[in-house]
This record gives sequence, C-alpha cells and structure tokens, in this order.
Amino acid sequence: MDLSYYPGCTLKTQAKGLEDATIASMAILGINMVEIQRWNCCGAAYSLADDDLAHHLAPVRNLIRVSEQGANKVGTLCSFCYNTLKRANLLMQKDGEKRKTLNDFMEEEMDYNGEVEVVHILEVLRDEIGWGNIEEKVKVPLRGMRIAPYYGCTLLRPQEVAIDEVERPTILHRLIETIGAEAVDFPFATECCGSFQIVSNPDSVTQRAWDILSLALRREAEALVLTCPLCYFNLGQRQKILVRRHSDFKGIPIFYFSQLLALSLQLDPQVCHFELSYGDPLLLLKGKKLVP
Amino acid sequence: MRIEISSQRLQSDFVKKVEEISGQSLLSCNQCGKCSAGCPMSFAMDFLPNQIIRLAQLGLEGDVATSKTVWLCASCLICTIRCPRGVDLGRVMEALRLITLRKNIDYMEASKISADTLSELPQIALVGGFRKHTA
Repeated sequence: MDLSYYPGCTLKTQAKGLEDATIASMAILGINMVEIQRWNCCGAAYSLADDDLAHHLAPVRNLIRVSEQGANKVGTLCSFCYNTLKRANLLMQKDGEKRKTLNDFMEEEMDYNGEVEVVHILEVLRDEIGWGNIEEKVKVPLRGMRIAPYYGCTLLRPQEVAIDEVERPTILHRLIETIGAEAVDFPFATECCGSFQIVSNPDSVTQRAWDILSLALRREAEALVLTCPLCYFNLGQRQKILVRRHSDFKGIPIFYFSQLLALSLQLDPQVCHFELSYGDPLLLLKGKKLVP
Repeated sequence: MRIEISSQRLQSDFVKKVEEISGQSLLSCNQCGKCSAGCPMSFAMDFLPNQIIRLAQLGLEGDVATSKTVWLCASCLICTIRCPRGVDLGRVMEALRLITLRKNIDYMEASKISADTLSELPQIALVGGFRKHTA
C-alpha cells in the first residue's frame, strides 16, 4: 500500500536516521512511503495568534500538494511537522472565515477545505498495521533492553491533535514491547525538553535535559526512545555539557523509534545513520549483540 | 516582589490588545496556579505563568514587558491542556510576545549566533526560535 509522506527539513539533514530507518521498516511492514513533490518548510511553530494568518500558509500549501497529487492522507515523522500540519488542517476544516481568507490569498492554488487526513507514522503502526502484525515480522527481539519512552510535546498537545491519551500515552510503550524490549516508565515522559529555547536560552535546555535524563537513569533505563528531531538534539547534544558537569553521569543513548524498529526487523544498521548520533549508541547495541 | 498598582499604571487598552491577539478572556483565570505547577520552564522564570496572567489582567504592560517569563515559554502547552478554566495560556503567552515583537523589538539577535551553533542546530530549532523570538 502506498502512503503519501511529508518529510520536512530536518529529516533531510540531522534526522536522516529517522527518515531512512522508517522508510525501510515500513516497506517490510507492507507500506510504501511516497514522498510528496514540491513540499516546503512546515513553519515549525504553529502560529498561536488569532490575527496572524500568514504563518498558516506554509503548512496549508503542503496539504494542497498532497491533495493535488491525488492522496487523501499524509504521513509525518517529525513531531513539529506533524503538529503544524495537523493544526493547520483543523483550522481549514473548522474556521470558515479564516479558510476563505487563506484560500483567497493563495490565488494560484486550488481551494483547500481540509480534505487531507494528517497522521503520524506511529499511528499508522498502531492503527493500520497493528502491533500483532509487527510482532510477527520481528526477527531480532530487543530482549533485555530497558528503554524509556519519551513523548515530548507536539504529538500530544493540544488535545485536538493528540495521537494518544494526553497525560498518559502508551503508544511508544507498546512499540517498545512489540519489538521485544522493556518499556521503562518515568515521570518526565511527556514533559518538554526546552524545545526551540536551545537557540536563545541554551542553559535552560541543559537543565531540562539533566532533569529528564537523570530521572530516566534513576529508573535504570539504558536508553531513551523518541520521535522528535529537536528532542533528539536537545537531549543528545546537551549530554556533552552534562558529562563535564556531573561526574557520575556517563551519558545515555537516544534513539528514534524507527531505528530500534529497523534493528528488530534485522535491517541493515546503515539505514539508522548512527554516524549522526550524539554520544555512542553503538556501544549499547554491540553489548546487546544487536549490531556487529 | 512588590508591584505598585495605581490608576495611572493600569492600561485597559493593553488588556484589550492581549485578548484580541490571543482570543482568550483574561478574566476567566482565577489564579489557581495549575499552569505554574506544571510549567517545565518555571525554574528559570522571574514571574510564574499565573503571575504573568495576573499582571496582564491588571493591565500592567510594563511589568510584563520587562519580565523574562514570556521569552522562556517553550509553547509546550502543558498549561493549555490543564487549565481548569479553559484559558489557552499558550495563546496568551504568544500575544504577550507579539506585543513586544510588533514594536520591532527582537528578543534574539540572529547575527549573534555563532557559525558553529548555526551549522549544528536542527532547522526546526532555528525556524522555531526565529518565529518565537524575532519580529
């Protein structure tokens, strides 16, 4: 089955591992991800101002691309892209006045009324493929690996775009268990990593990273698994500072969900692009005999 | 911190502006503090989120403008989903940032970001940061 797919900017650079590992895994699971043509940046941050429509143009144009290329559903991987596309789509469905203004402004485009369904690939894994079918395809169960699922913000908030229970999500837990590993619950799983504050207030993100990672470690997690390239950066790259600052902190590997899925499906580890990791995730994987 | 409240300092046009941009009713907030209890950035703020809402309710534009709080908000929306009064604090914080940014006052200077940092940061961080912190 073909699934129209919107990658977004970061998946073509730092988060190449998220993209390639997902496309390869989905192919094994029977879904051919087809990148939409002529996509543009999603805008990254959904505009929260009532009088600011200009910043909705970027995500809506992407939805128009999907629609004019004949699809009625688009899959996303980056949590930021998921959020902006999903929210802009809801706006186009529900707010007639703003929809008209936006459509009138984009004179060269077809009129768009929110016809496309925006989903995150995790939802496709859960709702369309199903945990049972994934389990059947697992060749290398990640036995004995203790992984803390980290959801972050934009897959869950606001309520109307949540892919799961907002305060107590389980979708990543279920994926971790499906690929044979143990999901480690910890209280910071849905708390923000500091997000774009890494640009202006990096010290506050260092503090967030410490709070989140040190608690996962206290629960004896061996790794964190997540979906968002910005969480991946903030929780990974900040570890360089944390290792210097806290003598007992040795670091903890961060994985995209699809990197671990790909390994469990016995795909070539090259699709995971571990060379783009912060720290050394291979050390843990070699110890578990998951990579040669 | 003590704040002087007098009729000269209260600016009702400020309240109106915040409500217009955010689409939220400031007086719906009854100061329960749930937003501040859950805020992941509160450790770095000078005023807690509920205190910022209080200042905004009173029309104390100057005190909001000199506070660090709205610039530390990461729009994670924990406050938005938890507010028992249905106030979308994420939108109020955005309106408060925009009132400053629309005077062409940036919170961050793009030219001061080092080349190393620029090449290292994911695009979503940069675009998100510029969107929230520059005019």
